[in-house]
Amino acid sequence: MPDQRTPLLTLKSVSKSFGPVKVIDDVTVDVRAGEVEVLLGENGAGKSTLIKMMSGIYQPDTGRILVDGQPVHLPDVKAAEAHGIATIHQELNLVPQLSVAENITLGRTPQRFGVVDKPRMNAVAREALERIGLDVPLAKPVGELGVARQQLVEIAKALSQDARLLILDEPTAALTGREIDALFEVVDDLKRRGVGMVFISHHLDEIPRIGDSISVLRDGQFVAQVPANTSQDNLIALMVGRDIDDQFPRKRPEEQGEPLLEVQGLSSGEAFEDVNFSVHAGEVLGIAGLVGAGRTEVLRAIFGVDPYDSGSVTLQGKALPPHDVGRSIAEGLGLVPEDRKSQGLVLDASVGDNAGLATLRSTSKFGLVDRSGQRSRAQVVTDQLAVRMAGLDQPIRDLSGGNQQKVVFARWVMADAKVLLLDEPTRGVDVGAKVEIYELINEITSLGGAVVMVSSELPEVLGMSDRVLVMSNGRVAGVLDADDATEDSVMALAVSEVTSAVTASEPSTKSAGTPS
Amino acid sequence: MTATATSNTKPADRPNRPSGAARLGQWAMNNGALVGLILLCLALFIATPDFLKLDNLVNIGIQASVVAIMAFGMTFVIVTAGIDLSVGAVAALGAMVSAYSFSTLGLPGILTLFIGLLIGALAGAISGLSIAYGKLPAFIATLAMMSVARGLTLVISDGTPIPTSGSVSLLGSSIGAFPVPIIAMVIAGLLCWFVLSRTVLGRSMYAIGGNEEAARLSGLPVKRILVTVYALAGLFAGLAGMVLAGRLSSAGPQAGVGYELDAIAAVVIGGASLSGGSGRATGTLVGAILLAVIRNGLNLLNVSSFWQQVVIGLVIALAVGFDVLRRKTAR
Repeated sequence: MPDQRTPLLTLKSVSKSFGPVKVIDDVTVDVRAGEVEVLLGENGAGKSTLIKMMSGIYQPDTGRILVDGQPVHLPDVKAAEAHGIATIHQELNLVPQLSVAENITLGRTPQRFGVVDKPRMNAVAREALERIGLDVPLAKPVGELGVARQQLVEIAKALSQDARLLILDEPTAALTGREIDALFEVVDDLKRRGVGMVFISHHLDEIPRIGDSISVLRDGQFVAQVPANTSQDNLIALMVGRDIDDQFPRKRPEEQGEPLLEVQGLSSGEAFEDVNFSVHAGEVLGIAGLVGAGRTEVLRAIFGVDPYDSGSVTLQGKALPPHDVGRSIAEGLGLVPEDRKSQGLVLDASVGDNAGLATLRSTSKFGLVDRSGQRSRAQVVTDQLAVRMAGLDQPIRDLSGGNQQKVVFARWVMADAKVLLLDEPTRGVDVGAKVEIYELINEITSLGGAVVMVSSELPEVLGMSDRVLVMSNGRVAGVLDADDATEDSVMALAVSEVTSAVTASEPSTKSAGTPS
Repeated sequence: MTATATSNTKPADRPNRPSGAARLGQWAMNNGALVGLILLCLALFIATPDFLKLDNLVNIGIQASVVAIMAFGMTFVIVTAGIDLSVGAVAALGAMVSAYSFSTLGLPGILTLFIGLLIGALAGAISGLSIAYGKLPAFIATLAMMSVARGLTLVISDGTPIPTSGSVSLLGSSIGAFPVPIIAMVIAGLLCWFVLSRTVLGRSMYAIGGNEEAARLSGLPVKRILVTVYALAGLFAGLAGMVLAGRLSSAGPQAGVGYELDAIAAVVIGGASLSGGSGRATGTLVGAILLAVIRNGLNLLNVSSFWQQVVIGLVIALAVGFDVLRRKTAR
């Protein structure tokens, strides 16, 4: 539908290079008042560079930025804010120790003679919160709120600075389903008030719910602008420039192998209770459940990161001692943790050092590092996993999310792990690399290994698992065969142990009191 | 364009193969402290030709040795993202216990040398235990150790210096033309380099400093390693303390006061980051020598020691500021 109104913000034929590399090449994007423009593209496609231009962090080399049709220059963030452009980054810009009201007014705290004018500060903050229907105590330290509500506080903060254009950079990445619903209600409300928004998400299924149109980027170039109801398959094809035949290329084993990992009666305090399951050679066991159901805690306990109260873990017939990561690894267990950056990688170290981290000790002689052996094995495995890098000495920080994740996998291939525990293995990984990681899982199981995969993405759990174990409130609510499992049956189990007391203790917003 | 090109679109992914002058510039950027040291030496030579006389250079080496040895131990700690404020006091304690066991207890000289080293390692291990297992912040644990070690030194000495054994005094003297402090510094430096670059322990230190959780999840025994790291720092401090005492042939109750700050400065000037994960033995050596050269040069130029403090402060700020700038442009 052609729109005659002047866009709030236009990037007209902008280009940006870093050194010899053109990261944005002649891209034009419009953002209109009251609409959500979705930016879609794989990691490295140029989305973040683009929004950094909108928010004044980068300046385009060529091309123009127009606000309300007028060419403007945005030398810094302040200039963008003066035009009403605000960015909600993935890493939130809040001070956890300060109160909600202090955070909302940060940088322009009302004061009288240098003393904080508390009544006025609270009034400003209350008005900001009311605009998005968020009900939190003004005096509460922001750090005590959940991620979802912190995000809403940040949005309230932006609106209280008269933002007309909000840039939401993967706002749903850390949110649960109900929190996402709440966020989207706020977004819908803002649309009605004429706020324009730029939205970045890796979750294709969210886009039709929230977007108006989609600008697809690939390799820094503008590919197409399509309506938000474009099918997921078409979107993927636009993003990666080729068809992905199968989003979940799981090859299920013909018959069940020997049990590799057996977990019996595992309990740990409040986190989980009486968890039993076994995983067989060649099998992928998916673990589904709501955030907070105890899935990550179970994986960490099995791996020996955290101690547990009772129960046993047996790997290939051998009992694993509790709370001993070194032994778990030696016996053939590996863990790909939930948060790659904070738990998986030494970001300042090289690709080679990161890949060899788990074999550093086991391959050493007399305490000396087996430098040539580690290096050649790392080379072989990273080649095998098709890690795209300049070389083993490249800092891992510079790799894309998908390639970083492949290096974490490479670590366990080097360590010869028989059973891999995966915690959200494709979080923050783009579509193309996701499929490569699934292929990797296939390869591990076809070689007689086994995989336990915790994931919050239901399609992924259903598409890649051979059996699905559903946890609810720290207990195993049920185990489903992949053939029988549907999103509905998994969700029904996932909420089965969640009492009303729990739901009552974490309402996300006033407007989202009822779960959909 | 194919999808495989996506990961190459990020600026940092491009292979960087500059040549000639560009590579020299790159090297200079990465070795800023060394370049600074060379420039400073040239300037001092022009200002006072006495500077490059062999006697003076040996003097600088001896001056640098005590801080350098301590700083090598400190490098381990800083690589793991820790800090050790106690090394000056631990150095004094190690030397004092060594001197006491010789002068008062009458133990054989060579044994007292090892006692001094052992006391240093023990003090470090206690700091390490309280950090790794007691969960005290390194700053606090070592601040406490600094006070305890200094206090014990005063208690043992009753406030007066105690003569050291011949073995310890040898550490402060010369074998032929070779000053033993410089030999000790070189050995400590080689040891530091070897541990950091070749051993599992050293590589684990970088992993822990870079990301402790990732190191733990990769099966590294983080706590044991941390205890070892602080014990090593204490061991090096013990050695430094005995070199210091050896030069005077006596262990003093106020020996090494403030040396921990010089050691930290040397490590940081050498390019290590206090947030962990980086640091090199060669950088630390350059840092320690740079500090000694500044002091020596300002002495030769008759600048008062009061002003020397000011200059050294500025150099630390300059070196670290330069390093921050380097890291920023490298991104």
